[in-house]
Amino acid sequence: MIRLEPRPPASVSRMLAVSLAAGAAALVLAAIPMSFAGLSVFEAYGLIVKGAFGSVFAFTEMLTRATPLILTGLAAAVAFRAKLWNIGAEGQLYAGALAAVAVGTGAVSGPGYILIPAVALAGALAGGLVMLGPTLLKSKLGVDEVVTTLLLNFIILLFVQMMLEGPMQDPMGMGWPQSEPILDEAALPKLLERTRIHWGLIVALAASLGVYFLLKRTVWGFEIRAVGENAAAARHAGIPVTATFIRVGLLSGALAGLAGVGEVAGLKGYLTADLSPGFGYSGIVVAMLAGLSPIGVVFAALFIASIFVGADSMSRATGVSNYLADLIVAMALLCVLVSGLFLRFKVRFISAPAAKGSAG
Amino acid sequence: MIEILEILISPNFWAAALRIATPLIFGVIGALICERAGVLNLGIEGIFTAGAMAGWMAVWLGAGLWGGVLVAAFAGAVFGLIHAILTVPLGLSQHVSGIGVTLFATSLSYFIYRTALPDVSSPPRIEAFQPLDIPVLSDLPFLGPALFQQTSLTFLALLLVVATGYLLYRTPLGLAIQAVGDNPSAVESQGLSVYAIRIGAVVAGSSIMALGGAFLTMSAFDAFFFGMVNGRGWICIALTVFASWRPGKALLGALLFGAFDAFQVRLQTEVGSFIPGQIFLMMPYILSIAALIVVARRADYPRALLVPYFRGQR
Repeated sequence: MIRLEPRPPASVSRMLAVSLAAGAAALVLAAIPMSFAGLSVFEAYGLIVKGAFGSVFAFTEMLTRATPLILTGLAAAVAFRAKLWNIGAEGQLYAGALAAVAVGTGAVSGPGYILIPAVALAGALAGGLVMLGPTLLKSKLGVDEVVTTLLLNFIILLFVQMMLEGPMQDPMGMGWPQSEPILDEAALPKLLERTRIHWGLIVALAASLGVYFLLKRTVWGFEIRAVGENAAAARHAGIPVTATFIRVGLLSGALAGLAGVGEVAGLKGYLTADLSPGFGYSGIVVAMLAGLSPIGVVFAALFIASIFVGADSMSRATGVSNYLADLIVAMALLCVLVSGLFLRFKVRFISAPAAKGSAG
Repeated sequence: MIEILEILISPNFWAAALRIATPLIFGVIGALICERAGVLNLGIEGIFTAGAMAGWMAVWLGAGLWGGVLVAAFAGAVFGLIHAILTVPLGLSQHVSGIGVTLFATSLSYFIYRTALPDVSSPPRIEAFQPLDIPVLSDLPFLGPALFQQTSLTFLALLLVVATGYLLYRTPLGLAIQAVGDNPSAVESQGLSVYAIRIGAVVAGSSIMALGGAFLTMSAFDAFFFGMVNGRGWICIALTVFASWRPGKALLGALLFGAFDAFQVRLQTEVGSFIPGQIFLMMPYILSIAALIVVARRADYPRALLVPYFRGQR
């Protein structure tokens, strides 16, 4: 028999060990689908590592991919801290991107130091507002936010397609469903010449420090953690639970919206309906791998980004489907969930009669 | 006005409504069995995908249509078992585990499909289920075309509604399932295993969900496409709340949903040129959110839903 005994709150080093173990377990498990696809496992991992770290360009590509993942990871982490289950980062990302394009393609003009903040603000606001609906429905009517945020992902993506085929379509785009290019002044500058890495990464890192500071050092952060621990007790203690949910919802949506801003204003330059290969959903994995720690999110995002970029490159070299990356990421989520048990409980192997315990 | 009436009295319209409703019936019945036992199964979207892919691939490899149905159900059961182990004895977050199972089942299905068929340009087709032609019944005016020209899987879905209703309300097992979702410690004190009942319910519910996916590739279409489930699983989770966790209401909810969807498709052909197509495509998702809002105040969730149970601990 196995018995689980509660443990006192975990230390940082143990949380780190758990995350590393989960990542490692996912990589080991990935050997099964790899051999199923006829790959030599060591060779495949060699190609993945080379694809993500093998050259300066590969490394910058990995950082470029990590940028939106840090932001969607933070969006999930801050929401999950309050047990607000925002699974809608994908939609909020698109809302942010749409707002960025609406503002950044000529609606407002001016120098970069005005235009870039305006675009970022519009994107953050759009993402936050999208999350406001499910948050209000949860706190006022008790409608489950998981389902509403998930369904909103589909609604927003269709809305984006509608805008890209309609009022926001680029007249010079040969009929492709894409927006006009963002103005040069509104684009986030590149960090390095001849790479795709852009200032969004700095924004993402700053956001991670900001969220860390918010959660650790401010009253709002304390309230967020208290509501997450036990909403009923927090309410009893006089913490404004509804207001806290609304703040968390707005912040979480805004972070996801910023991820969309970075992708259009820093990377692509215009909006298409295939802007995100599931950054919103991968953000959930990032947040869980990070143990919901805002600093940990950065490292988890780098890990997930290297799998995606490395597997893309491995896929080009071997012809094996890069759905392998999604598979590894999904397994990492399940592994981190299980290994989290070792944080909360001591696992004891004991003989059957002793396991009965005292019921009632 | 006249056009709307004409749509509503056409047997083809109701046949389409039932066809659209069929995967949702499987999904809602599956979700309802899990949730009645106290376990929210957000793996549903991925389980739909796995059922669609596994069922299709089994038929494509020569297992026959009913062989495909069995394989789909088995695939659903496997993913259900993963979710059940994580959430029942281990008591992990049902939300996160469900999302994890969805990501896992979806990416595994896509990966297997791509690996088995690396360079197909158009998805290969199978000989799908054909509408049954039941003597006498199929020739009835109105009812014949609307009800009795469906494929066997639609009848299986209707049968499952009746069977689930009977199981939940008329058998000791059904009462036990309801009890573990409401008051698990009372069940344990009766000498029954909460773990076994919950795990069994999640596995059974998940295999029924997978049939909803199988219907897509083996009856509604005859091939597997990426992204073909397209949120149907999430819609089922919303419809389950709308149906107050009752099989009869689940059927009604799915049919209403199917009717609305069939109606808007027909409306689209009438007014399509004035309104962008995406507005119509959004309707199922908007309608699902609306359904949740309508019942929000009086939704009577199973009391132990989302609450893990640890043996010998209060």
